Amino acid sequence: MIDLNREKDMPWEERSLFGPGHRGCAGCPVPAIVRWVLRYVGPEAIAVSATGCLEVFSTPYPTTAWGVPWIHVAFENAAAVASGVERALRKLGRKGKVVAFVGDGGTYDIGLQALSGMLERGHNVMYVLYDNEAYMNTGIQRSGGTPRGAWTTTSPPGCERPLGKEEPKKPIVKIAAAHNIPYAATANIAYMADFKRKVQKAASIEGPTFLQVFSPCVPGWRMDPSNTVKIMKLAVETGIFVLYEVENGDWKNLKVTYRPRVFKPVEEYLKLQGRFRHVLKDPELLRTVQEDVDAQLRELGLK
Amino acid sequence: MKEITKGAIIYEPQNTYTYLTGGWRTFRPVINYEKCIRCYICWTYCPEPAIFKRKPAGEPVPNERVAEKDVVYIDYDHCKGCGICVAECPVKAIEFVKEEK
Amino acid sequence: MKKVLKGNEALAYAAKLARPGVVAAYPITPSTTFPEKISEFVANGELDAEFIPVESEHSAMSACIGAAATGVRTVTATASQGLALMHEVLFIASGMRLPIVLAIGNRALSAPINIWCDHQDTISQRDTGWLQFYAESNQEALDLMLIAFKVAEDKRVLLPAMVGIDAFVLTHTMEPVDVPEQGEVDDFLGEYRPEHAYLDPERPITQGSFGYPEHYMEFKYGQWLAMEKAKRVIDEVFEEFARRFGRKYSKISTFGVEDADVVLITMGSMSGTAREAIRKMREDGLKVGLIKLTVYRPFPKEEMVEAVKNAKVVCVLDRNVSFGFGGAVYGELAAVLNNLPERPKVYDFIIGLGGRDVTRDDIRTVAEMGLKAAKGESIPEINWVNVDKEAVEKSEGVMR
Repeated sequence: MIDLNREKDMPWEERSLFGPGHRGCAGCPVPAIVRWVLRYVGPEAIAVSATGCLEVFSTPYPTTAWGVPWIHVAFENAAAVASGVERALRKLGRKGKVVAFVGDGGTYDIGLQALSGMLERGHNVMYVLYDNEAYMNTGIQRSGGTPRGAWTTTSPPGCERPLGKEEPKKPIVKIAAAHNIPYAATANIAYMADFKRKVQKAASIEGPTFLQVFSPCVPGWRMDPSNTVKIMKLAVETGIFVLYEVENGDWKNLKVTYRPRVFKPVEEYLKLQGRFRHVLKDPELLRTVQEDVDAQLRELGLK
Repeated sequence: MKEITKGAIIYEPQNTYTYLTGGWRTFRPVINYEKCIRCYICWTYCPEPAIFKRKPAGEPVPNERVAEKDVVYIDYDHCKGCGICVAECPVKAIEFVKEEK
Repeated sequence: MKKVLKGNEALAYAAKLARPGVVAAYPITPSTTFPEKISEFVANGELDAEFIPVESEHSAMSACIGAAATGVRTVTATASQGLALMHEVLFIASGMRLPIVLAIGNRALSAPINIWCDHQDTISQRDTGWLQFYAESNQEALDLMLIAFKVAEDKRVLLPAMVGIDAFVLTHTMEPVDVPEQGEVDDFLGEYRPEHAYLDPERPITQGSFGYPEHYMEFKYGQWLAMEKAKRVIDEVFEEFARRFGRKYSKISTFGVEDADVVLITMGSMSGTAREAIRKMREDGLKVGLIKLTVYRPFPKEEMVEAVKNAKVVCVLDRNVSFGFGGAVYGELAAVLNNLPERPKVYDFIIGLGGRDVTRDDIRTVAEMGLKAAKGESIPEINWVNVDKEAVEKSEGVMR
């Protein structure tokens, strides 16, 4: 049982800082992601969230899972709210590192304008995208972050449209980096050392930083909850999710921070998720998904 | 009388612990301390968190080297039974046991 | 100090005097001058604030919410489409009990696109839980802004407030304005020191939580009570403002209502025109009076009921319209009068939309119709003033 009094004497990195008792699905990695980001950012963290899974399951009035100051306003404006908080802290001369925790819903699509504005204006905000690849909170609808070939309720495979989602996943880190921000990177808590370094690097920068954190979703990806970390590892081992970082928008000189010696076939990753069941049944579709992965690896200089 | 604040602001941090999500489980993880090498991987990944550390109190150890290290314990009031700890333990020290009625 | 200022400049000076911590603003005609002036003040050191040139009005209000929630005084300005774009977050600012002040250059809403004045933009936001003030002149624009900060930040209220001034008629017209000294405004407003909402690592609070049906309605009732309390707070602040700055405001201003058979109701700059026209009519022996609304939210029910009690007929000049019903002020006044044992008849006059001038002749037309009604003749309940109905009916295909 959590004992907040006992935690007061613990070093920041050992504290729970989030939960338990929140209504996150069993096996959802987002609380772990939030906790580890907060642990590595430090006691000055002030969190901002957009409407989404995290916001809804963490703050059922009158209880909250958050152990740091937190604000939520609406779905599309996390970056704008974070901008206002950051400038207010500056005006007050008050300590605080603003960290935005936003899903792919509030980032790729409806929130893209606010994100772009915040990055362009150069606010000192660390933007952490927990990417579960669909609008999960409203019931698994496709987003700009849904990968090609995934089933969602608004991209269901059928005889007319066998692939499921037909459009490629938006290259969100590339879009963020295109604003020439000091630091943009992908991260994955299954690779903790890499994750820690990236979070601490982003936190130490005075300026906008962007982290895309891979976040499997138990009901949305139709997966076994105990496989969460395994799927996080397979995503990297198959080349679905590459760990890299970009400094000052220099996409050409992007640095891959971890590469498996041999890339596993993408099937290994897909077969643990029901959302790709239709792909596994059809060699044509499977080839499409593998081609997407190979193209990404080529772009990143890994093939 | 309900507790109402201006603007629905919540002043007490992390008070969701009053809501016991342990009832969500169908399987419960059980730690075998004789095998547990105190690597804390389960503690790292438990989402709730429902795995905490505390000072050892005579639990069995697999070897002398880990005898002084903090032990992990499971908060069954909140463990949702996701099984991540069971899957990730490198020495298979956690068993996943069906909940009794 | 007396200056000759456009309405927009008066708003910007008021904002500067209030010493906001953060101003997040996006330009839109006719309020563009506001962010321009603010960035000028910040750039030359006249205003020690953080100016955020956001990328849309929705983000402007969102950033203001973030800043207010952190614990600084915030202010911004917009109009028309920009205000409409903010619509979603206006409810949130009020629900989160953040005393943000918003200056509006009252402008018509598209379609068709039109940059000139009417009140549709702010009237459309009357349900958002924001206080609403309407200025008749640039002096009122500046004064009402300062008053808005004080009322909004009062611990009994803690609701955001908007101040409307007519597009171009006030925003771009120069008038003499007495600009108070910084020291006087500092004494009047003090610093914004919230006890409820401020973000600080020393204080891990949660703002913007999820409200289940079990609690939501209580939060709304809280906003309702705050609005009710605002009625008294507004009177107190008007009193204090008069003592300090020598100009007395009231929720409504009346002219000649004691003996009037017909009372006209106006809001905004047309009030000045109406007063002139009615003065002339009274000289001609016509029993006409005027009520000008300065505060629209909270609706000054008690004052209105008292002011119209001797009238036979009330003619509401609505510079807005709710299609399928009628004007907002008309509808609300009729509602508050409805249950009284004795009450005047209330008629609606939709007037001056999209910048169509409200002239003394228009006022006269309205008053004359009211006088007919006062004599017992039947006039239409809802009237559109100075509109080429024939041209419209031809395009709509309505048969006479």
